[in-house]
Amino acid sequence: MEVELCPILRSFGSEQNVLSRPDGSASFVQGDTSVLAGVYGPAEVKVSKEIYDRATLEVVIQPKVGLPSVRERAREQCIRETCEAALLSTLHPRSSLTLILQVVHDDGSLLACYLNAACMALIDAGLPMSSLFCGITCAINTEGQIITDPSVQQEKESRALLTFAIDSVERKVMMSSTKGSFSVKELQQCIAVSQKASEEIFQFYRDSVKRRYSKIM
Amino acid sequence: MMQSCFKNKIGDVVLPGDIFSFELPVTEDGSVKAEKIICGPGLRRNGDEVLVCKSGILRHKQPNLYWIDSQQKRYVPAKGESVIGIVTAKSGDIFKVDVGGSEQASLSYLAFEGATKRNRPNVQVGDLVYAQFIIANKDMEPELVCIDSNGKANGMGVFGADGFLFKVSLGLVRRLLAPQSEIVKDLEKLFPSEIVVGMNGCVWVKAKTVQQTLIVANLIESCENMTAQQRQALFKRVADGNL
Repeated sequence: MEVELCPILRSFGSEQNVLSRPDGSASFVQGDTSVLAGVYGPAEVKVSKEIYDRATLEVVIQPKVGLPSVRERAREQCIRETCEAALLSTLHPRSSLTLILQVVHDDGSLLACYLNAACMALIDAGLPMSSLFCGITCAINTEGQIITDPSVQQEKESRALLTFAIDSVERKVMMSSTKGSFSVKELQQCIAVSQKASEEIFQFYRDSVKRRYSKIM
Repeated sequence: MMQSCFKNKIGDVVLPGDIFSFELPVTEDGSVKAEKIICGPGLRRNGDEVLVCKSGILRHKQPNLYWIDSQQKRYVPAKGESVIGIVTAKSGDIFKVDVGGSEQASLSYLAFEGATKRNRPNVQVGDLVYAQFIIANKDMEPELVCIDSNGKANGMGVFGADGFLFKVSLGLVRRLLAPQSEIVKDLEKLFPSEIVVGMNGCVWVKAKTVQQTLIVANLIESCENMTAQQRQALFKRVADGNL
C-alpha cells in the first residue's frame, strides 16, 4: 500500500460576511458540497443554559430538506466539541454562542465542509480562539487506496470513511469521526494525509482573511 | 528581541493561533534584560509567548502598545468607552439599556447631570442615551453613567427628537472616531450634519432635512467596504448632485 504524499482536494472556496444579520457568517464550498454558516454571539443566554464560567455554545445543523434527525444531532455534537476546544469561551462567561449550519448542497465530505464553514464564520465573528481548525475527510476504497475529500459516489464505494478536525498550531487531531473498518496502519496513514492536506486549507484561510482586510490596510 | 519580532509583522494580517515567541536579550554580565510590552485586544500572554486570538491587522502605538484591529459586528463592553444605548426598561431607580452586548447595561437615574432624588431625569422607555461605561468586565453586569467624574454631562445624556440611528461594524466605528478621520473630513464637505458615534457600532445622524440625513446615513454605511479612492469618487458624485 502506498502512502499518498500530496493529497488531492477538490477545488474549494469561501466567502465571509455573506449575511447581514448574524455577527459572523461564511459560506464554504468544496467541489459541489456547499455549506452556509452563521454565528450569533456573545449574546444573552437562557438561565437554564447558563454556564457560570464560560460561554454556552449551541450548534444547529439545518438539512437541505426536512427536519434535523439523529445523524444531524451526532454531527452537531462533533462540531460543538471541536469548536469548544478551539474557542476561548472563558472570556465570555454567562453568554451564548450560536452556530447555525445550513446545507446548501451535499456532494460528499459534508462533515469536513461543516467544520471549515464553522471555522470561517467564527473567524468572521471575531470570537477569541486559541487556534483555528479545519476538517478533512478521507475515504479508503476496496483496493485500500486513500482518497481525500471524496464525493458522494466515492463515499458509497468506500470501505471506510474517516473525518478529522485538525488544529492549526500543532496540526494535531482535535476530533475524529469514522465509519467502516480499517486497520491501525490505515488510520495512521489517513491522519498523516489529513495533516498534510490541512496545510493547504490553513493557507487558504490566511489568504482569504488577508483579502478581506486588504481594503482597510 | 521582543520589539523586532513584532515590528516586522505590524500592519500584517494575523490569525488566531499565531504565536510570537521571544528570545530575551542577554546583556554582557549575563543578566536577562526584560522588555515590557502591552497587549491590547486580540493578544494574550501565554507564558513567555504572545498568542493571537482574533483575526485582523496587527497595530502598534509608541512606545510598546500592540493590538489587533478587527472587523467585527458584536460589541463587547469595555470600561470607559462611550456608547449609544436604547432604554428598554425602567425599574425602580435604574434604567436597563440595550447597548448590543451580551447583557443589558444598567443606568442609575442619579447618573445624570443635575439629577437628585427629588429631581428625576426625564427618561422614557425607547429613548436613546449617549453614555459611558463605568463598570464593564466579563464577570459583572455592565453599568453606564451619563456624567463625567466632575458631575457634568460633557455631551452625554438623552437624545432629543428626530435624527436617525443605524448600526455599522465596529471596525468602521473606530475608523470614524480616529483623530483626523478621512471619512469624517470627506463627509463634512458635503452637508452640515450632526453625527454621534458610539463605540458599540451605533451611529446617530441628524442633518438639515430628512433627505440629507438619509443620504449621510447611507454614505456612512457604504464606507464599510470601500477604498479611499472609491469613497472620494462616490462623495464627489453626491456633491455634484447626481447619485
